[in-house]
Amino acid sequence: MTAAPVLLQGNEAVAEGAIAAGARFFAGYPITPSTEIAETLARRLPEVGGKFIQMEDEIASIAAVCGASLAGTKSLTATSGPGFSLMQEMIGFASMAQIPCVIVDVMRGGPSTGLPTEPSQGDVMQARWGTHGEHSVIALVPSSVLECYTLTIEAFNLSEQYRTPVIILSDALVGHMREAVVLPEPGELRVAERGTPDCEPEDYDTVMSDLDNILPRPPLGSPFRVHVTGLVYNRRSGAPDTEAPEIASDLGRYLREKIYHHRDAIVRVEEMEMADAEVAIFAYGSVARSARAVVKWARAQGAKVGLVRPITLWPFPTAAVEHMAAQVHTVIVPEMNIKQMSWEVQAAVGGRAKVVDYGRVDGKLITPAEIKELVKREFYYHDWRDS
Amino acid sequence: MADAMKPKGPMEIRFSGSGGQGILLAAAIIAEGATAQGKQVVSTQSYGPAARGGASKAEVIVSDEEIDYPEVDAPMINLCLSQAAYGKYAADTRPGGLLLYDSGLVEPDDTVAGCELCGLPFTQAALERLGKKVVANIVAVGALVEVSGVLPADAVEQAVVNRVPERFRELNSEAFRLGRRLAAEARDGTQS
Repeated sequence: MTAAPVLLQGNEAVAEGAIAAGARFFAGYPITPSTEIAETLARRLPEVGGKFIQMEDEIASIAAVCGASLAGTKSLTATSGPGFSLMQEMIGFASMAQIPCVIVDVMRGGPSTGLPTEPSQGDVMQARWGTHGEHSVIALVPSSVLECYTLTIEAFNLSEQYRTPVIILSDALVGHMREAVVLPEPGELRVAERGTPDCEPEDYDTVMSDLDNILPRPPLGSPFRVHVTGLVYNRRSGAPDTEAPEIASDLGRYLREKIYHHRDAIVRVEEMEMADAEVAIFAYGSVARSARAVVKWARAQGAKVGLVRPITLWPFPTAAVEHMAAQVHTVIVPEMNIKQMSWEVQAAVGGRAKVVDYGRVDGKLITPAEIKELVKREFYYHDWRDS
Repeated sequence: MADAMKPKGPMEIRFSGSGGQGILLAAAIIAEGATAQGKQVVSTQSYGPAARGGASKAEVIVSDEEIDYPEVDAPMINLCLSQAAYGKYAADTRPGGLLLYDSGLVEPDDTVAGCELCGLPFTQAALERLGKKVVANIVAVGALVEVSGVLPADAVEQAVVNRVPERFRELNSEAFRLGRRLAAEARDGTQS
């Protein structure tokens, strides 16, 4: 029997997804438009034996999340642009020390205090490159309330599997939106548990992760001897070593490749009406909803328009974009920033198709009417009965 | 309400007013009532940085089919609880739609044409008959349901009860029924 639909807000769905994924620790500092995630978890976590703590700021919040994860508890924090900026240093620490954790950034207009209550997609590049140094990251973009739930579970799974921070790029529209949803039953979605290395604690120094066998991180306090540092370290012993370039190179390349080597397994893209498309819309998050309406409108009038919607924004879905570029003559990239992902699309398209960027930074969702105008320009002789 | 109010396809409703008037709650109640009816429902909201006094807007789309674009550009039902909201949004009402406003707070003008206008004193009635101005939003929800027939009244009243703390349930139920009565009286030309 299917459960009855419930009316759920995007932010509430993130919180429920975190609980379902087994997260039992949240540290954060309230900020619009993410606050409902903290509010919901403040109530829900104690009910399932978890801990909620409101920290003095966002830097302390992500630090507490790293600490809790090192102690063996799946952990998350939630914030918006200004707080996400403050968290960047510790996100780098989590990358370097390979600490699984989830950071939810409910994007609002920026920079600085910006448009606190209005949606934006201005943090998509910050999610990739906000912390310094060579690193890789995984970022997921929900475009519905149901995805706020399912992608939060997936974010935890990926963070455990690849021992990395995973960022959920929601926005003020998706986060505050309410939808009637039927949540999956417990057990319906896979939940990756934190494992322990498949060896005796005294042999731990002799085993080392490689790209095809990323060992789980043993919790602090277990019989395994664990070294945690932000310095460059020897991947076998975990001890800091900044004297040997080959050690630094091995670690630097490993931190990048442990994600990129697996991107076929990590990256998820939803395609709609792409089989014979001549024009593709590349849209993510809340904007993808407007794009979907436009594809239906165009198809109803015989215009071959399709949608490529990245669910995983980082690592970038290069293969899907290359495939699209070989087929369509134009790719339209509407986004609530100015050209941030369209540059990335252009790089992957590599001149094989025209890339049309369209940006809005006024805190308003790009409408179907705006995208329709862009589509019409690409069909010179089409008879548009319904505008 | 005329059959035009029940078109095929999605029903789009907008609620607007000032922060503190309970605009977001009013929308959430309609959305919850529609969810209980097994409909596809999407509701979005928009408000300024100020908790009170700033502009506040919420929208609900109720449909039998998947809802893509989540916002409402031309509402079939347009509820305005402040003069500022009326000035900003009244003209967006879809031709043939319903423009509902608080007649004690809004002075209608002639910029709006092609839709049904219905002004009722939600706030004044809440204050005078229930002693609580704060439930004016629920009075408005009751009137909206009565005038438009968009959802069964008992489903929405249940959503009202579900959404408010237990000690305020009776008050809010009364507010909902008061709104329905105001609308019915205006429609039938009677006065209680």
